[in-house]
Amino acid sequence: MKPVSLPSPAPLLSRTGWAAFLMALIIVCAVAPVLNLLVPVGNLFHLSDYGVGLVGRIMCYAICALAMDLIWGFTGILSLGHGLFFALGGYAMGMYLMRQIGLDGNYKSELPDFMVFLDWKELPWHWLLSGSFTATLFLVVAVPGLVAFVFGYFAFRSRIKGVYFSIITQAMTFAAMLLFFRNETGFGGNNGFTDFKRILNIPIATQEMRMTLFVLTGVTLLGFFLMARWLINSKFGRVLQAVRDAETRVMFSGYNPLGYKLTIWTISAMMCGVAGALYVPQVGIINPSEMSPANSIEIAIWAAVGGRATLIGPILGAFIVSGAKSWLTVAYPEFWLYFLGALFIGVTLFLPDGVVGLIKRLSKATNKSGDRS
Amino acid sequence: MRHYLAIAALLLATQVHALTATEVKGITLGETDSRVEALAKAMLTADDKTAAFLQALSDDAVKVAGDRILVLKGDKAVDAITETEVPLPDDAEDVINNNRMRGEIDSALAALKLFSKDDAVRAAAVQQLRSDADETKLPLIEKALATEQNATIKEQLGMVRAAALLGSSDKAKRLDAAKSLSHSGQAHTKTMLLARLESESDAEVKAALGAALRQVESALAWGDKLGALFSGISLGSILLLVALGLAITYGLMGVINMAHGELMMIGAYATYVVQGLFQKYLPGAFDWYLLAAVPVAFMASALMGALLERSVIRFLYGRPLETLLATWGISLVLMQLVRSIFGAQNVGVENPSWMSGGIQVLGNLSLPYNRLVIIGFALFVLGSVAWLIGRTRLGLFVRGVTQNRPIAACMGVNTARIDTYAFALGSGIAGLAGCALSQVGNVGPDLGQGYIVDAFMVVVLGGVGQLAGTVYAALGLGILNKLLEGWTGAVLAKIAVLVFIIIFIQKRPQGIFAMKGRSAEA
Repeated sequence: MKPVSLPSPAPLLSRTGWAAFLMALIIVCAVAPVLNLLVPVGNLFHLSDYGVGLVGRIMCYAICALAMDLIWGFTGILSLGHGLFFALGGYAMGMYLMRQIGLDGNYKSELPDFMVFLDWKELPWHWLLSGSFTATLFLVVAVPGLVAFVFGYFAFRSRIKGVYFSIITQAMTFAAMLLFFRNETGFGGNNGFTDFKRILNIPIATQEMRMTLFVLTGVTLLGFFLMARWLINSKFGRVLQAVRDAETRVMFSGYNPLGYKLTIWTISAMMCGVAGALYVPQVGIINPSEMSPANSIEIAIWAAVGGRATLIGPILGAFIVSGAKSWLTVAYPEFWLYFLGALFIGVTLFLPDGVVGLIKRLSKATNKSGDRS
Repeated sequence: MRHYLAIAALLLATQVHALTATEVKGITLGETDSRVEALAKAMLTADDKTAAFLQALSDDAVKVAGDRILVLKGDKAVDAITETEVPLPDDAEDVINNNRMRGEIDSALAALKLFSKDDAVRAAAVQQLRSDADETKLPLIEKALATEQNATIKEQLGMVRAAALLGSSDKAKRLDAAKSLSHSGQAHTKTMLLARLESESDAEVKAALGAALRQVESALAWGDKLGALFSGISLGSILLLVALGLAITYGLMGVINMAHGELMMIGAYATYVVQGLFQKYLPGAFDWYLLAAVPVAFMASALMGALLERSVIRFLYGRPLETLLATWGISLVLMQLVRSIFGAQNVGVENPSWMSGGIQVLGNLSLPYNRLVIIGFALFVLGSVAWLIGRTRLGLFVRGVTQNRPIAACMGVNTARIDTYAFALGSGIAGLAGCALSQVGNVGPDLGQGYIVDAFMVVVLGGVGQLAGTVYAALGLGILNKLLEGWTGAVLAKIAVLVFIIIFIQKRPQGIFAMKGRSAEA
């Protein structure tokens, strides 16, 4: 009897896929720095610092959208709490950056300014690891991961799914936002963390540092993209998609979805944490409003606009929506919410597969008409 | 004691004349110390004339010209002693009252108000005296106590007398006062007792004061507890109003409507518009604008709901996650729309006069009318919805479509139309909630955002497809929230409640009242 064999896994990327990936890598690592640092200001090809900041920020969003796609697009679980994981990563990095200010704060104290202001004498316990960069890198993934693991374990174990899950994740991030707004929790209250001076003892507000962070973000995004691609093509990824399409049937086939859902949920949260940690030094501030339910829903709309269950879609979506946001909120501030609202409605009604789906449909249509003629 | 009573009796008998030339001069001229003394003396034989003169003093309408004391009335001057009209001399000087003198005059005036014929004025005078009762006012208080007919005012007056006696130099009187004060359930009695306890030297009196303090504190604690319970019920009734509409759209129809809060906002703005119309065209009937606003708010939100259902939501039935995103988009558009029309600032919605004020139940517990009205209103809406769903043809159809859409359609029910009606009903109830909220909170474009998480929590906790569950969940959450608030503060209470719900949902994913069934997809 011939044993049942799985079809051999598809290559990670197709030939054109690899070519496009390399192109992206070169643009991020070489072209952008050259255009920003070497091409003189005023030249047509000069990439302004504003542009670097914008694209760097959007790439952080794209990581979030990618993470959202793994959990929503491929596993069918809509999270309205990813803003929390993003902010947790950001806060972990923020604590380190606050400590790096050292004695240069307004009060010339070892403690961050807001603690001096609140008349605290020593660092609270959760700041203990904030002095070390390595520990911070660990915290950036560990804290969101742990929170997601604990929350997910209880939620998935009692088989909460669908909108129920979405709503309690929203409640979770809302509760966390209220908590972080408090002064006594030691996270700077309303103002959060800001006024960073250095990272790894190197001044943070220089053009070179900005470019370094930009490249780092780009490489992380591309790395996560490859990882997601690999995950989705693996057997693990197949089970995830089966869970999305028919969870009951997966269970009846002898799989326990808990482990699969929990793993992808935790990975997704960690990715958001990394995105947050890359985001904070670039924008120079982190405060509790990052955890507001509206921000988390916006992550979902990036994924939806680009196209769920495709990996390139969410990245595109983040660029389209955030790009439109940064343009509209300056040019026509009163129309931004109309546009965003219309985007939510339009995409769900007319573009269930997002922009990528639209492109596929259009190219198929042209191919067909080409065949006929 | 008898001495004072005798004076009081004397006063009652001889209400003829009291304000003498010496008194007027004593009060008006000289050093503050002697003036205060003269005032206290004059108060023993005070009458309406004294009151009028003190009022004039307090209004800075008294002038001194040589040895004459003149009271200004309009542009004329009246001699305070002879009460004859005289021309105002050019060299008349103002009487200067420093703060101490002013305070004395004011409290003397308040004491005199104790004899007003109006119950409300007397009650107010008692309230004012409470804060600065001392032995010099005792005779007046005794006098008022003897004539007072109104039981509540009499009781409060007794408390004021006890408060005044606390400062007495007679130990027996102090003991007596401590005993009678122990029945007062007022927060300021506690402060007063605490202050006395500090300065008291006699051990026996100290013990009596301590006992009185404990009794007052326990009475206050009761008031606090009942107050928390009441605000819990009040919050619960608001949550109930907010969640009832959601219980229909989400619970019965399965539509996640993130724009529910914005439908409430539309109801609140409809109330605001009706208020504006009444102010402009029917100012006489302004107090009753709310009655007109209720149906208007309902209709405005219901029409918007029907429009949304027809144009967006009906294409998304059976796709809850997409519905969630689309309705979130709708909520953004509605918020911006309101901002464009009414501006980003909060608008002012006034309570009608019959809704301001409240019922005083205990010393530190009063129930505001607007809260009571909202509790009643929530019950009314709940009753109407229960009746509509349980007893009418429309309700029957809604339940039928909820339970089994194809069979309902086979029976000839126009399911698409029922969907629209049901959604419009849920939206209309949101409008009613908004109308109610406009009476207790700010009305602004963000009004809905603050309630949407809470409302979903109520529905999720109560169990989908259940009105009874919604009621229990709303009241339970409201009371739990307020009780915790007294203990941990508002924000932590809110966090605790959210955490509680998250844990609760783990244990009972289908809410308090689960639908029974065998479906694996439940």
